[in-house]
Parts: sequence; C-alpha cells; structure tokens
Amino acid sequence: MRRAQWAARVWASGPGRFGVIVVLAITVTAIVSLLWTPLDPQRVDIANRWAGPGAGHLLGTDGSGRDILSLLMAGARTTVLVAVGAGVIATVIGLVLAALGALTPRPVREGVTVLVDILIAFPVLLIAMMISAVWGGSLLVVIASVGIGFGVNIARVTRPELRRILRSDFVLAGRASGLTPSQNLWRHLLPNVAPVFIVQLSWGMAVAVLAEAGLSYLGFGAPLTQPSWGLLLADLQRFISVHPLSVLWPGLAITLTVLGFNLLGDALRDATDPTLSRGSEPRGTEPPAAVTA
Amino acid sequence: MIRYALTRLALLVLGLFVASALIFTTLRILPGDIAQLIAGVNSTPEQLAGIRERLGLDRPLPVQYGEWIGGILTGDLGRSQLTGTPVVSELLQKAEVTVPLGILSFVIALLVALPFGVYAAVRRHRPDGVAVSVGAQALAAVPVVWAGMMLVVVFAVTLGWLPAQGFPRAGWADPAAAFRALVLPAVTIGVVEGAVLLRFVRSATLQAMGQEFVRTAAAKGLTRTQALLRHGLPSVGLSVVTVLGVQVAGIMVGAVVIEQLFSLPGIGRMLVEDTGNRDLVKVQGELLVLTGLVLVIGFLVDLVHRLLDPRQREAE
Repeated sequence: MRRAQWAARVWASGPGRFGVIVVLAITVTAIVSLLWTPLDPQRVDIANRWAGPGAGHLLGTDGSGRDILSLLMAGARTTVLVAVGAGVIATVIGLVLAALGALTPRPVREGVTVLVDILIAFPVLLIAMMISAVWGGSLLVVIASVGIGFGVNIARVTRPELRRILRSDFVLAGRASGLTPSQNLWRHLLPNVAPVFIVQLSWGMAVAVLAEAGLSYLGFGAPLTQPSWGLLLADLQRFISVHPLSVLWPGLAITLTVLGFNLLGDALRDATDPTLSRGSEPRGTEPPAAVTA
Repeated sequence: MIRYALTRLALLVLGLFVASALIFTTLRILPGDIAQLIAGVNSTPEQLAGIRERLGLDRPLPVQYGEWIGGILTGDLGRSQLTGTPVVSELLQKAEVTVPLGILSFVIALLVALPFGVYAAVRRHRPDGVAVSVGAQALAAVPVVWAGMMLVVVFAVTLGWLPAQGFPRAGWADPAAAFRALVLPAVTIGVVEGAVLLRFVRSATLQAMGQEFVRTAAAKGLTRTQALLRHGLPSVGLSVVTVLGVQVAGIMVGAVVIEQLFSLPGIGRMLVEDTGNRDLVKVQGELLVLTGLVLVIGFLVDLVHRLLDPRQREAE
C-alpha cells in the first residue's frame, strides 16, 4: 500500500486525526519553546508564588513563582527529546534483533528468539533503575532504557513478520532474479515490515513519555535544572494539600501526549492492516502499555 | 502436557540464569571498581582493600557470580553495603506491604476490566459502550503517579476519608489502619492497569462473538448476549490469561512509583532508595527477585493456559 493512502486513512479516522494533531502540537510547542515562552520558565518570582490561573500567568505559578505554562512548554522539549531518542535506539535494537532472529542460520535464530523472550521480562523502569544504580540517573539513562526495552518489544513483533515475508513469492523472485541478500533486504523486506514497525514505534513513544515522567518523578530522570513534566509533578506534589489545582496541568499534558501517541499507533495499525475490512475489529496486537513506567 | 511443562520449565531456568547474568554484569562488571564507588574519592588504599575483602571483590568474577548464585539457592542474597542488614530479611519485611498492595491492585484491575470490557464489546454501537471504550483509552494514558495525586486530592484532602500518605507503624498488627493505608494506592494502580486490561478484554470478547459456536448458539434461539455469556466467556477468559503476566509486570512497576507517592515502606520504595544510594548488592538482589517474579508468573500463566485450552490438549 502506498504511503499517501495510509496517511489519508489515518487522517480520515477521528482518533487518528486527534493523534496526529496532538503529536504535531507537542512537537511544535517544543520547538517554539526554544525561541519563546510567555515568561522565562526558570525565573523565580517569590512575590507571585502560587498565583492562580489568570492574566499574566495563564495556568498560575508554582511555589517559587515560576510560570507553569512556560514550564510546561519548556518541559515538552524534554518529552520530545526522550521520545525521539528512545525511538531511534529502539529502531536500531529492534531491527538488529529481528534480523538476527529471522535471517540467520537456525541455531543463532532460535537463540536470539529465546533471548528476546527472556529480555521482555525486564520492565523498562527496572532497566532504568539498574543503570541508574551504577551511573546515576539522567535523561540519557531514560532514553537508553526505554530504547532497549522497546527495541526488544519491536523485535518480538517484527521477527515473525520478517519470517513471513521472507517466505513470500516476491522475495523468492527477487532472489531468483539475482538480488543479493542485502539488496533484497532493502528493497523487499524492510519496506514490507515498515507498517508493523511504525505502529510499534508510535506505541513505544507513548511508553517513552510515561517513562520519562515516572523516572523524573522518582529522581532518576531529568536533572533538577531542566524543565520536565515528571519533575514538575514531583515539585507540585509536596504542596498538593494546599494547592491541588496546580498538579492538574502537568498531568494533563502527559496524559494528552500519551493518548496522542497511542491513538496514532492504533490508527496506523488499522490503516496499514490489509486484512481489515470496514466495520470489523482489528485483529492485531494491543498496545503493550503494560511494558510501561 | 508433561513434555510441554518440562520444556517450559527448562526455558524458565534458562531465563532466570540469563536474567541473573545480565544483572550481575551490569551491576558488578560495568561500573569498574565498586570499592571505589562505595568508599568515595577520598579513600585510602587500605580502606579500598578492606571493602574489597569484605565484599569478596578480590576474587575472580566467575567465582563471585557463582557465590552469588549459590547464596541465592540457599536463600541468601548478601548484605547491604551501607547498613549490613541481610537483603533477604529486609525484602521479607517490605513484602508485607508490597504483596498485599499488589494482590489488591490485581483484584481491582480484574474487577474493572472484566465486566466493563465485556460490556463495552456487547454495546459497542451504543453511546454507553463507546463511552466505556473511550474512557478506558483515556485512563490507560494517565501516568499512574498523577492518577494517585488526583485520588489523594479528592479522597484524602477534600473528603478526608482515607489517609494521604504513610503506613501504620504497627503494620498489620493494626489491620484496619494498614488496610486503609493501602486502599488509595491499590485503587490507583488497579484502575489504571484495569483500563489497560479492559481494552484487551473488549477485543477478546469481540473475537469470541464472531466464533462459530457463539453464532450457532445465537441461531438456535439465544440472544447474542446470552450466547456470548453462556458459550463465549470461556474463550474470553482464555485470551485474558495470556496477558496476565504482562499485567503483573505492570502492577509491579506501578507499585514502585506509587509506594514513593504514598510513602509506603514496601519493596518498590526500598529499590528507589537503594538505587539512589547505589547500594549495589541490595539493588542486585531486589532486581533479581522482581524480574524472577515476572519470569515465574509468565511460566505459570503459560502452564495454566495450556491446561485450560481444550484445542491444545487435544493436539497432543
């Protein structure tokens, strides 16, 4: 199926359109925040601490008078950075493991498959804490652990797909007409696993957003000087009994972003599944949200 | 069946071995000199040697790994580098909070997911069914820590029904207070994880509704809902069993964050503290126990699934 067709189908479905808009909005916000935020997100203004939502501070201020809207906009940078970084690492690990599990001689192939099944048992959060215990927490640790955790997940889903395509007629025809294995890989295999892969990636980015928030909340993610939604939650939580409303905003931002990535993934799955007819239910895998943070 | 169980058991043992080797490699070999890490930058060579001897770091790595595994088999996970307390006794003590929390969360997740998931499937073309699906989709996107904060705002801060934080000092000697302390944390994890599971139950139910035996039952005069409830539910249950392992992992991860939010003295909070303190021996033991738990539950889930599924039984 052509790419333009997928895009049109995703856009045509309500949830898909919602997902696209949310993901674009977060990305644009992150980029805009590099150049402009309503106020300096780290500017302390004790006179205006805990200001309510209103003119001047659209979403109010926190305990040191920082503008919450500006903090959220700047926090989007951290979120996008982690989602993209983890996506890149997951892509590399996922493709390498899937290729090793599908294209190599049988003993290697089966070994890799068993290894992937075992690695699945490591939740992302535990991987992150394992690495943090050694090197201390940082965004890099978050990116690496989500990348590893999700890469393994992608490998598990992509490998059978690769095997299936490997046995199909057009790959055989390609081989018969003289393509080398690597030419065949680039020309026939990768384009055909791309749909499964992109769907997984979208869901993986949802997990990345949750993981960043969770780990930053626990103190193993973003450094205190960097605006992050998870850190903001941890900051505001200490005053939750006095200023409950302020906690609403970072939580909503995270939820909206995760929902956007999840719905985008769902819509991509529906749009790229050729077996799916109108009105029937998708038979594909559910988003592995429980791999989560 | 026995042959399958044995193969699966071998895979479990292999899994535990690979997991332990990975944890050992990451925590013991990658950091370089642990003694330096513990003693800090201003340590004397004598201090370092003392630490190395105390922890057995002066011996070859395979020997150290062997000793760790040997210890585990005899129920010994070593001692904390900071306090010297045995890791096992502390784990058992903290489990008094985490195990009830996990079980309670799991029950709540099932109570949310099963009825509402089936309902959402049966009434998928009606507004209420759609509302349940949309609600679950949104809830599944909520970070568990924020869900906890919202529940605290409503039920602890505003209504004052339940404690916002903490666990009674007397522990389970004061069962009412201990239970009250766990209600909000368990509801938080249970509802969020339940929403994730709900979506799975819904699609499993939809699949069951398309099965021939359900359609036949409907053709013989039952309503579609009756046919589903009488004949389709076993197949829904079977599909749901396959994801329970993932569910347990989700609850475990939720517990790590939620114990921090609610200041509960459980295994999750201990892991967070030990990770912050870089108490590597303890972290090593805790990670092995947690990943081991996920692997063992995965094993049990597979066995149960095999036992329950008549098609797989007959295939042998």
